[in-house]
Amino acid sequence: MLLKLTGGRVYDPAHGVDGEVRDLYVRDGRIIAPPGPEERIDEEFNLSGTVVMAGAIDLHTHIGGGKLNIARALLPQDHRADPVPRTGRTRASAGHAAPGTLATGYRYAEMGYTACFEPAVVPSNARQAHLEMGDTPIVDKGGYLMLGSDDFLLRLLAAREPQPVINDYVAWMLQATRCLAIKVVNPGGISAFKFNQRTLDLDEPHPYYRVTPRDVLRALTRAVHELGLPHPLHVHGCNLGVPGNAETTLATMGAAEGLPIHLTHIQFHSYGTEGDRQFSSAAARIAEAVNRFPNVSCDVGQVLFGQTVTVSGDSMAQHRNAPLGRPRKFVVMDIECDAGCGVVPFRYRDRNFVNALQWAIGLEIFLLVNDPWRVFLTTDHPNGAPFTSYPHLIRLLMDRTFRNERLALLHPEARRMTTLASIEREYTLYEIAILTRAAPARILGLADRGHLGPGAAADITVYRDDPDRERMFRTPLFVFKDGELVVRDGAIVRVTWGRYHAVAPAFDPAIERRVADHFARFHTIRAANFRISDDEMRAFGHGAEVVTHPCRDRMA
Amino acid sequence: MAPPPLAAEARDVTCPFCGLLCDDLVVSPANGRLAVQANGCSISTAAFAHQAGTELEQPRVRGRAASLEQAVQEAAVLLRQARQPLFAGLGTDVAGARAAARLAERLGGVLDHMNAAAAIRNTLALQDRGWITTTLSEIRNRVDLLIVIGDVTRRFPRFLERCLVRERMFEAAEPVEVVFLGPAPPEGAGAVSGLVPRAIPCEVRRLPEALGVLRALVAGRRLEVGSVAGVPLATWRELAQRLRRARYGVVAWAAADLDFPHADLAVQALSELVKDLNRTTRFAGLPLGGSDGDVTVDAVHLWQTGFAARTSYARGYPEYDPWCFAAERLLASGEADVLVWISSFDERRGPPAAPVPAIVLGRPGMRFAEEPAVVIPVGTPGVDHAGHLFRTDRVVALPLRSLRDSALPGVAQVLDAIERAL
Repeated sequence: MLLKLTGGRVYDPAHGVDGEVRDLYVRDGRIIAPPGPEERIDEEFNLSGTVVMAGAIDLHTHIGGGKLNIARALLPQDHRADPVPRTGRTRASAGHAAPGTLATGYRYAEMGYTACFEPAVVPSNARQAHLEMGDTPIVDKGGYLMLGSDDFLLRLLAAREPQPVINDYVAWMLQATRCLAIKVVNPGGISAFKFNQRTLDLDEPHPYYRVTPRDVLRALTRAVHELGLPHPLHVHGCNLGVPGNAETTLATMGAAEGLPIHLTHIQFHSYGTEGDRQFSSAAARIAEAVNRFPNVSCDVGQVLFGQTVTVSGDSMAQHRNAPLGRPRKFVVMDIECDAGCGVVPFRYRDRNFVNALQWAIGLEIFLLVNDPWRVFLTTDHPNGAPFTSYPHLIRLLMDRTFRNERLALLHPEARRMTTLASIEREYTLYEIAILTRAAPARILGLADRGHLGPGAAADITVYRDDPDRERMFRTPLFVFKDGELVVRDGAIVRVTWGRYHAVAPAFDPAIERRVADHFARFHTIRAANFRISDDEMRAFGHGAEVVTHPCRDRMA
Repeated sequence: MAPPPLAAEARDVTCPFCGLLCDDLVVSPANGRLAVQANGCSISTAAFAHQAGTELEQPRVRGRAASLEQAVQEAAVLLRQARQPLFAGLGTDVAGARAAARLAERLGGVLDHMNAAAAIRNTLALQDRGWITTTLSEIRNRVDLLIVIGDVTRRFPRFLERCLVRERMFEAAEPVEVVFLGPAPPEGAGAVSGLVPRAIPCEVRRLPEALGVLRALVAGRRLEVGSVAGVPLATWRELAQRLRRARYGVVAWAAADLDFPHADLAVQALSELVKDLNRTTRFAGLPLGGSDGDVTVDAVHLWQTGFAARTSYARGYPEYDPWCFAAERLLASGEADVLVWISSFDERRGPPAAPVPAIVLGRPGMRFAEEPAVVIPVGTPGVDHAGHLFRTDRVVALPLRSLRDSALPGVAQVLDAIERAL
């Protein structure tokens, strides 16, 4: 089957293609070089006047795992207000802020997204995360394994075990849980909360292990680097949401000691303490630091107004924030000596000073970070807003007039505290293609995604070139997943199940005995039953293939 | 690929017969049956040994032996004619829950689990105010005060043994205490751990009173009463002090035993008490459930649609209503006209008596007061075929293994076949 996509304006930043009219050819799910004139075209799509990009990739979206199911359980009213009826092709589901997995997959695909990554897989809950992602149709998926408050690692650090042992443990855990990357959340802090500690700063010793968050960050950035994982350590730092936390964020960049580090939902970590209300934007300082440190990348975690729900592994921060929740209910969990979680429903309001300033801080970061390859478009779904608000966010970035109109509606004191009105930058389509395609594929090590060169997977999104960029990005004309047409005019025409992406770095088998012994002595399941098998992954994902990405071991 | 049929001993076997999902069992064949050789309990020993010979049971249509294909065809005929099919029981694993949801959706049916009456006590409390909870490994390593509510030693025989282990990562500051709130535990409970649980003999129905008083006492309020829920105030005052003194306290409750009207408010009071205690110390709840796949079926349905069970697809999208879509009510009112009853873990939990045709996917050995229209004996996940279940703490999903060569189809396999035959 040979497809030809003819005459669209192609934005393919991985190859420096900026809006050139080009034809694309697809065979067996892959983009191929133009075939000879003798080759028969089976199907042709005339795309003249359209904008063509690779399928979009969301590198930080909470789509699968226990804390999502808690969020769903907490919000029946959210689902009742947003039913997704069954159609001839798609199944029934529901939900706006915390949609069911079926609705999640359909809606991502309908917006032209073809891959989504769950950034907080708790080791003991990895099966559930993969089961939920497996029930998320069409899109590719993968998980980042949360380490850093797990007792096994903290015991290794407290005992000053050598780095290679830590590397072995990290590698073993990645293989056992079938994840793609390593995430750290409030390093050591989730564990400290179990000892009744309510805050833990970067250089503050853990109440039991006497290890600091900086020690945890150093060990994990090194492990990720030395194991050669494609994605840098994905960091949700200390003091999330606390006024003045910009200082911690700047220090966290330093804690990486020059190694690659990705600071996630950085908006929630860019707060100062100036002004009458002692809450101010530190976006300029944070963006300046990102510009200065080439080893640092970030995603924003943009806040947009309306009802949502915050879900996080950061039980310490979520317990602290629970009184701010709307409606007033929350769940906090301590989990299996390896993690925790907290779920707090939240309603961001433009007339609320703090929420309005959070909105502005996120946009300031987007517009003040110079290098679009190192800042990523996220709302930290659903924490800042549901992912379905991405088209609106893209318009805010691309359309200064629109942005300033929205700014005018904000709490007046928040308006006085932001420089947003004076920032003239408007993102171009080329830059949006970097933020949402080329850069996430590159930083995740997905060699055959996020671009349109020969050999790439044929994940392709075709938009009408509409000056209203929100409308344009909300309803693509066509979406192809692995060469199959899955969306036409914003509606699903075919349901597929995507792939899983994972890594499998090597380890010294000696670590297996140590982990098994630890499980037998202290846990309530056996290490043998902790490890997820190939057969299980196949069953979880409706047969979805697990693509194992290579690691460049830097110690071998 | 399934492991080869059980030839010798299997280790690290997960037991699917209660919500604790103990995964340290040693199981081997003896006289044509499976026998638990180590780490068994009253439930697992009996359940693994069940059904010598019954695995040869055949499907039946209106009481006559039939092939699986014939039974599936007949089920499809009944379901095609149904205007309001009801999928109840739902004693199954992840794969069965996925298949049941798909089929119910396609037919505009209702889903309700056999344990929903108990599970909903927790769901309503969770939906209304939320809670702070923990998991088994945290309890095992941290707990210094364990409050237990319900007939836990019968429903979850190894609960105390698994939570109260001498070797732990973190030593407790003072001796670990176990307090049963409600009926006293049987003699010898906790013996494995060398602990003697204390009981505060408060009537279960009066728990809401007791919890209200505990919250007041923890908040430092003065009370002018002599006794509450039949227990002297001094006892409650002493317990409140102990709660506040705990470094990592846990309250575990079995909602199945909170069998009185509006028990969800008791769960809520418990959860609010735990939240209050977290202002100064660490404390967490643990809802005890998960048997017959109830936590599993809820989890699957929650992630697919956003709603736990007691959900209808009659309008083409999921509608959740814990009162309206109760199986008993739908059968009594005549709203449901075909019953699909699923119970793959427990042959004793058969379908309710109902004036509508019943299609039963049951563990072999199930007996019926009245012969259902269609009976399809199914395998048990973790015995006859592989599968997955969620543990009581709603975090850990464990793999279940096939322990023998079985001709019995799994629930998912049968439901998928029915869907194809529609």
